[in-house]
Amino acid sequence: MDDGPLMPRRRDKHPVPYDPDYKTSVSRSPRWPLLSMESTPSEETGPRFGHSLLGPLDNNLVLNYSADGSPAIGERILMHGRVLDEMGRPVPDTLIEIWQANAGGRYRHVKDGYLAPLDPNFGGCGRTLTDAQGRYQFLTIRPGAYPWPNRANDWRPMHIHVSVFGHAFGQRLITQMYFEGDPLIDRCPIAATVKDRGQLDRLVAPLDMSHARPLDFLAYKFDIVLRGRRQTMFENKPEGM
Amino acid sequence: MVQPLDELFETPSQTAGPYVHIGCIPSFAGVQGIYPQDLGTSPISEGAKGTHITVTGSIYDGTGWALRDAMFESWQSDAQGRFPGQDGADPKVNGFCRFAADGDSGEFTLRTVKPGLVPARGGGMQAPHISLWIVARGINVGLQTRIYFDDEDNAADPLLARIEQRPRRDTLIAKRDGEGQYRFDIRLQGDGETVFLDL
Repeated sequence: MDDGPLMPRRRDKHPVPYDPDYKTSVSRSPRWPLLSMESTPSEETGPRFGHSLLGPLDNNLVLNYSADGSPAIGERILMHGRVLDEMGRPVPDTLIEIWQANAGGRYRHVKDGYLAPLDPNFGGCGRTLTDAQGRYQFLTIRPGAYPWPNRANDWRPMHIHVSVFGHAFGQRLITQMYFEGDPLIDRCPIAATVKDRGQLDRLVAPLDMSHARPLDFLAYKFDIVLRGRRQTMFENKPEGM
Repeated sequence: MVQPLDELFETPSQTAGPYVHIGCIPSFAGVQGIYPQDLGTSPISEGAKGTHITVTGSIYDGTGWALRDAMFESWQSDAQGRFPGQDGADPKVNGFCRFAADGDSGEFTLRTVKPGLVPARGGGMQAPHISLWIVARGINVGLQTRIYFDDEDNAADPLLARIEQRPRRDTLIAKRDGEGQYRFDIRLQGDGETVFLDL
């Protein structure tokens, strides 16, 4: 029963678009309300990607940019979790992409001029497909915190950017994963755009020792929920509505 | 007291940030060698049926400045209105494209085929359109909008019909400015603010 409309996005469970503490949002947030309508096939279909897309190291950021097999510098971590929809059903075979700063807090991007050096063995992006149960995993290094131009002394908490497709274009989501115990989370104006504290907590991955490998890596668990689709039983709608 | 609903909410969005390119289009960002090529470089392949078109535009903030760091994704049907995977869909149309504003000019370009009429939910048809999703630094929840075309019959489109103010409706309609060429500018805020969607 996957043929109903997408469940409406709960805007109160998302960041506010306009937040003066995150200065760039001031000129980039719409002032008019969004036009709300029930989803159509344009939103209920979406691109699908297969395993032929993936290389063997795509979900291993420790090694996927290394020319000679030397690992990236930093604290080795396993990032893993499940992708579910709002009905609690796993979302299998969906593409997840991540990107992040290196252990010193520097991105491999021409616009990033932070003092911390680039790591020659760290590119900073990876991707994978969820399995039949919606599970995914990445091996990476813990990204560093870094300062950014906003208020005079703002720092981003350690975070990994996460992009998920789902099975419908209307499920498309980009978010960020934070790390349990990071004192910068509560000082971050970007994290603070999520006004519902319970929702912000869902962006903070707990340390997961049951998935850590002794003498190798720690693990953090980050589950992701995408919009669900209503079931169509008992629907009886007049044409065109 | 009542039973708890046990609702599961969608994970909250966060801004894609200024470095979205290294995650989504790393080759474009100069990060070579991780993937053979970027995802979604074209929504069509050689031999796609239909009218081949180019849509060009810029995305402006509330001050009228064109964003240099926005990233876009588009999703559309083939020329017959069929989405990839549907019976009879054109195998040369994968429907998905990722593209970015130029780092110097802010201009973006989408080369594709013009989509067909797509069914609306509950009967009727939607006018040809391309769905667009926009992320950038300063955009906290990715913005959805649509590209319609000024040389198509948009009169019966159910989404456009819901926009009461006619001038706002026009913000979703690309203007033909040459053979197979359209202009589609996006305004995040201020005069001529684009209609953004929640569907």
